[in-house]
Amino acid sequence: MLRYLAKRLAYYLVLLVAAVFLAYALASAALDPRAYFEEKHPRPSTAAVDRQLTALGINDRTPVVIRFGHWAEGAVLHGDLGRTIHDTSVNADFGRRIWVSLRLLVVGSLLGMLLGVLAGAWSAVRQYRISDRALTISSFVLLSTPVFLLALFLKNGAIAANQASGHQLINFTGYETPGLTGGLGTHLADWGVHLLLPTLSLSLTGLATYSRYQRGTMLDVLGSDYLRTAEAKGLTRRRALLKHGLRTAVIPMSTLFAYNFLGIFTGAVFTETIFGWHGMGEWFINAIRENDTNSVVAVNLFTAVTVLASGFLADTLHAALDPRVRG
Amino acid sequence: MSVDSPARAGRGRLVLTRLLAAPGVLIGGGTVLLLFLLAFVGPYLTHWSYTDIDYASLRQPPSADHWFGTGGLGQDVYAQTLRGLQKSLIIGLLVALLSTVLAGLVGACAGYFGGWTDRLLIFFVDLMLVFPGFLVITIVSPRLRSAGWLAFVVLLAAFNWMITARVVRSMTISLKEREFVRAAQFMGVRPLRVIWRHVLPNCASYLIVDATIAVGSAVMSETALSYFGFGVKAPDVSLGTLIADGTDTAPTYPWTFYFAAGLLVLFVLAVNLIGDGLRDALDPTADAARRPSRRVRDAARPLPGRRTDSPVPTVDEATA
Amino acid sequence: MTTPAPLLTVHDLRVEFAAARGRATTTAVRGVDLTLNRGETLGIVGESGSGKSVTALAVLGLLPGTATVHGSVALDGQELVGRPARELAAIRGRRIAMVFQDPLSAFTPVFRIGDQIAEAVRVHQRVDRAAARRRAAELLDLVGIPDPVRALDSFPHEFSGGMRQRAMIAMAVANDPDVLLADEPTTALDVTIQAQVLEVLRTAQRETGAALVLVSHDLGVVAQMADRVAVMYAGRVVESAPVDELFAAPHHPYTLGLIGAVPRLDRTGGPLVPIPGQPPALHALAPGCPFAARCPLAVPECRAAEPVLTGPGEHLAACLRSGELAAERPAPAEVYPVPALPPTRSPAPAARETLPRVLSVDGLRRTFPVHKGTVFKRKVGEVYAVDGVRLDIRRGETLGLVGESGSGKSTALFEVLGLRPPEAGRIELLGQDTAALSAEAAHRLRARVQIVFQDPMASLDPRLPVGDIIAEPLQAQGADRGRIAARIPQLLTQVGLEPDHAARYPHEFSGGQRQRISIARALAVEPELLVLDEPVSALDVSIQAGVLNLLQQLKAELGLAYLFVSHDLSVIRHLADRVSVMYLGRTVEDGPVEQVFAAPRHPYTRALLSAVPLPDPVAERNRVRILLPGDPPSPTSRALGCPFRPRCPVYAALPAEQRPRCEREAPGPAADDVHAVACHYPAA
Repeated sequence: MLRYLAKRLAYYLVLLVAAVFLAYALASAALDPRAYFEEKHPRPSTAAVDRQLTALGINDRTPVVIRFGHWAEGAVLHGDLGRTIHDTSVNADFGRRIWVSLRLLVVGSLLGMLLGVLAGAWSAVRQYRISDRALTISSFVLLSTPVFLLALFLKNGAIAANQASGHQLINFTGYETPGLTGGLGTHLADWGVHLLLPTLSLSLTGLATYSRYQRGTMLDVLGSDYLRTAEAKGLTRRRALLKHGLRTAVIPMSTLFAYNFLGIFTGAVFTETIFGWHGMGEWFINAIRENDTNSVVAVNLFTAVTVLASGFLADTLHAALDPRVRG
Repeated sequence: MSVDSPARAGRGRLVLTRLLAAPGVLIGGGTVLLLFLLAFVGPYLTHWSYTDIDYASLRQPPSADHWFGTGGLGQDVYAQTLRGLQKSLIIGLLVALLSTVLAGLVGACAGYFGGWTDRLLIFFVDLMLVFPGFLVITIVSPRLRSAGWLAFVVLLAAFNWMITARVVRSMTISLKEREFVRAAQFMGVRPLRVIWRHVLPNCASYLIVDATIAVGSAVMSETALSYFGFGVKAPDVSLGTLIADGTDTAPTYPWTFYFAAGLLVLFVLAVNLIGDGLRDALDPTADAARRPSRRVRDAARPLPGRRTDSPVPTVDEATA
Repeated sequence: MTTPAPLLTVHDLRVEFAAARGRATTTAVRGVDLTLNRGETLGIVGESGSGKSVTALAVLGLLPGTATVHGSVALDGQELVGRPARELAAIRGRRIAMVFQDPLSAFTPVFRIGDQIAEAVRVHQRVDRAAARRRAAELLDLVGIPDPVRALDSFPHEFSGGMRQRAMIAMAVANDPDVLLADEPTTALDVTIQAQVLEVLRTAQRETGAALVLVSHDLGVVAQMADRVAVMYAGRVVESAPVDELFAAPHHPYTLGLIGAVPRLDRTGGPLVPIPGQPPALHALAPGCPFAARCPLAVPECRAAEPVLTGPGEHLAACLRSGELAAERPAPAEVYPVPALPPTRSPAPAARETLPRVLSVDGLRRTFPVHKGTVFKRKVGEVYAVDGVRLDIRRGETLGLVGESGSGKSTALFEVLGLRPPEAGRIELLGQDTAALSAEAAHRLRARVQIVFQDPMASLDPRLPVGDIIAEPLQAQGADRGRIAARIPQLLTQVGLEPDHAARYPHEFSGGQRQRISIARALAVEPELLVLDEPVSALDVSIQAGVLNLLQQLKAELGLAYLFVSHDLSVIRHLADRVSVMYLGRTVEDGPVEQVFAAPRHPYTRALLSAVPLPDPVAERNRVRILLPGDPPSPTSRALGCPFRPRCPVYAALPAEQRPRCEREAPGPAADDVHAVACHYPAA
């Protein structure tokens, strides 16, 4: 077991290094920090720009492998991800923004998974009835709406609601009201209101995906021999479904969890930007616009680690749920 | 009940009957057809072109002259939306086609040949997965301004095939154990011919369904990227750029936003309905609960055709 | 004396399945009448699609929602059809319990065996968790599972097939039911395990006094177990009688045909009696007797109306001519047309030595790495799937390769057909050593050896028309179009199909026809050796007989050599010249078929032969049965000494001073013997 885990960790490490190097090379090739400085007024001298670029470790006159070497050395030895184009610490930004993003990602994905699994199982048991059809149609519409559009729809809806009610009913900009005073309760309530729309726009798509899959696996289980055995023992249909059916039908969801996390992160980039959350996604979009190589690489590192971690988590979940694969 | 009954209806007929029995496919197919008509015939119904500017009417609601109203500079929203729809449809179709072909080839080769071919290809697939395509496209796309939207199509396709390839790979691995593939190998049929004649056709149901759904997801990615200015760029328009232009004015001038947004959702919805109906028609296990007995199902059970293969790397595949 | 009221009465049971939109409903059961008395065993026999399993499920009310049940099922006079679900649930598991066919899929995979059995106890009895667990352990002990307390904590996938079926029986008898329904309880099991499980069923029945309904397609199993038998065809009971009468003097031509179609372990050679045609499709039944189309005795009146189930005393038959059959008692071959097979003779042992070798395998070994877990996978050892196999086939000869699942017979086959250098040992195919083959020579050699697989559904690519399927080996060998076009109709005729079938797709054919297509494909390149991997085990007996006859005919006409792999000893006995028995990857006995079957020398062969049920209740009662204990051990450990030792009745009976030889030395068959055996103390 340990040997296996070590092997797997090593494989992940190789993937991670390769991915980060590729991201670094790509970002270095595609972004043009020189242009960022040269467009400043007054225009600095070429030598000054070179100095500045070298100090930040992003001078395009240095070969990319050497630049990566310096960056990686700092990252591995000191946990230092370099300087942003504004000559501030990438680590500082990283440390601040990661919590903003994780709050959104974790709440959004867990909520989507939980509600989706419940909705899907319910839908399967009531196959071809009105409630199943309604759920099917709404999940299809949700699956056909890109996250950014969903977020915009929600935002427009909130604006309309606020206008109709005449005051700020739903707050949707940023993750807290700046300068809010009051106790812990007030702050928590404020957080909750701010979380509402971004979380909703992230979790609705997840909900739709999970409910479709859960409905499918549950339907497979409905015709299974062991459900029949459970009934043959004298369990009522309802108990057999709840105890033997649902428990088995959630197993495949663990694989979906990993896949879905990729999608959720992509969605978060839009959601953060649209709702003004200063998280990793927004950082990424801004960094590209500003040709901020080191920040771009930092976000790539973050996603690569997140993807690998969610994959590992999904496998662990799978093993926990299914004794057959535990071995 | 009877599997052995000498059914005269061929497989094609069977699939067709099932397709026609699914209202989703008919509605979806009809909608897609109408949208294509709208996108490619619609522009001839008005004298406005998407580049025209009507200085006399700025931000006017839909009228007899401007069917979908006008934008902030006096652009005709109808002409613009149809132009955007054209672009989005073409991009969606091309991306789906390219990525499905790539996924089929890589997946089938990795699964069939196994060994080092498999290890290398799977490492590549894993790498592409860890290295999110969306981010790469965003980084690279500002550089592709000159190459235009075709380069954008290639990029979208290049980051949209990995999960399908993994599924095709695992389907191929189980197909390889199937007796008809074994039989072909023992008869001396050469590997590439086995892949072409036995493996790919037997993954076809999955690939067709997947390609259909990929059209929808490609359009969604395209519009999302274009919305942020990383995809289709002026002077070209796509539904994404139109939605981006209309975002700020949406609460006050809804026609600048909701026509494009609505058509986008409508198209993806229609494509998803077709995909779902196709899956039901091509995959006999899809409507399992309606079938009379387990035994019949098992006899007719094809390969797993669902997207539940783990999308994230596991060691055994790469290093075992 | 008054006969007691029957325990279970089924009257005019009809089951309809709603089909998908636009298709007619299917009536799977069309008016079944059955009675079951306390403590008796009723066998229900029928081929696939005859409605026997549906009948059993309908009794329990466990059919899927698409089914509608009409008629009456009464338990002790209480009607069950149409009862509220809650009341039915209270009866299920307590008064009527069921044992299902496939115990792997019948247990919930994520719960422990003990918990699932304890659950069955706690549904109907007010006992606490600990008591239910103790009861579960007792039950596992009753069905003969070693170390029952530990077994409670196992998951279903950790049990072997036989153990799972025992656990299934334990669960079924948890509440001392009055009726035990067993739906093909041994179909998925090997014969020695089948013998164990049937024994457990008998024990369970004895302990609980339950009446047993045994649904099976296997006439031998029914002959061995049942007191009375009902034969089903196309959703109805066509004959019902006490077991001895039914087998001695069937009153329905279908029953007669079934008995004639089964190859017998105690008889040899000659053509079998195939029942022509196929069972009818149940959604499009013509009026009249559903068997009329296949019946050699059919008269015009048979097609007018369906005959009712009637007859003297307890022997009922649904046939207009049952009276004649009862009076004349014809043999199957006197009623059914039997194909005339050209004579085949196996060469005399002396002459055999002079014939050229088609295949010669010696000391073959093949190992696989074993992984544990699928998500967190790790290598835990090696399986010696094949470890010391020898095969010897001469021109025109049929070698039957026998072994239970896990014996490595398929692996041995694939090693031979792979045309690669073996891991250890030597394979010589048609005079060429596979270790020394160039790629080109291997490719040419492939044309001379062809294979027919077990499952005709899986071995034909569903997306290709039959003509293309048959053409594939020809194309692979670079035959030109003209030759291929000429060969296809010829091949189809040769296997008893029509030339115009070439344009159709595999799914349009029945199982037996598909297997004929497989054979045609294999014959396309005129091979010298045909490898047949369980070619008839997926077919119903009446269909199987026709395919076996075809194989015999082709062999005689074309002078083919067969390597015939089967778990079914009766089929081997019927078809093979020589037989080779495998256990745990090794050849334990081989020799001419008459000698091996008449006087088996290896204790394993003896047990195997005694475990095969005979379709003859009188012979069954008079047999001495050797029951092997336990399951074959996992081939991962390559133990010292004889691998059969842990289950060997001979070893168990040996005096202490003779045992060490079995414990230290692995016996090997003498290479030159005509009838060789790998045992230190073989029977004479």
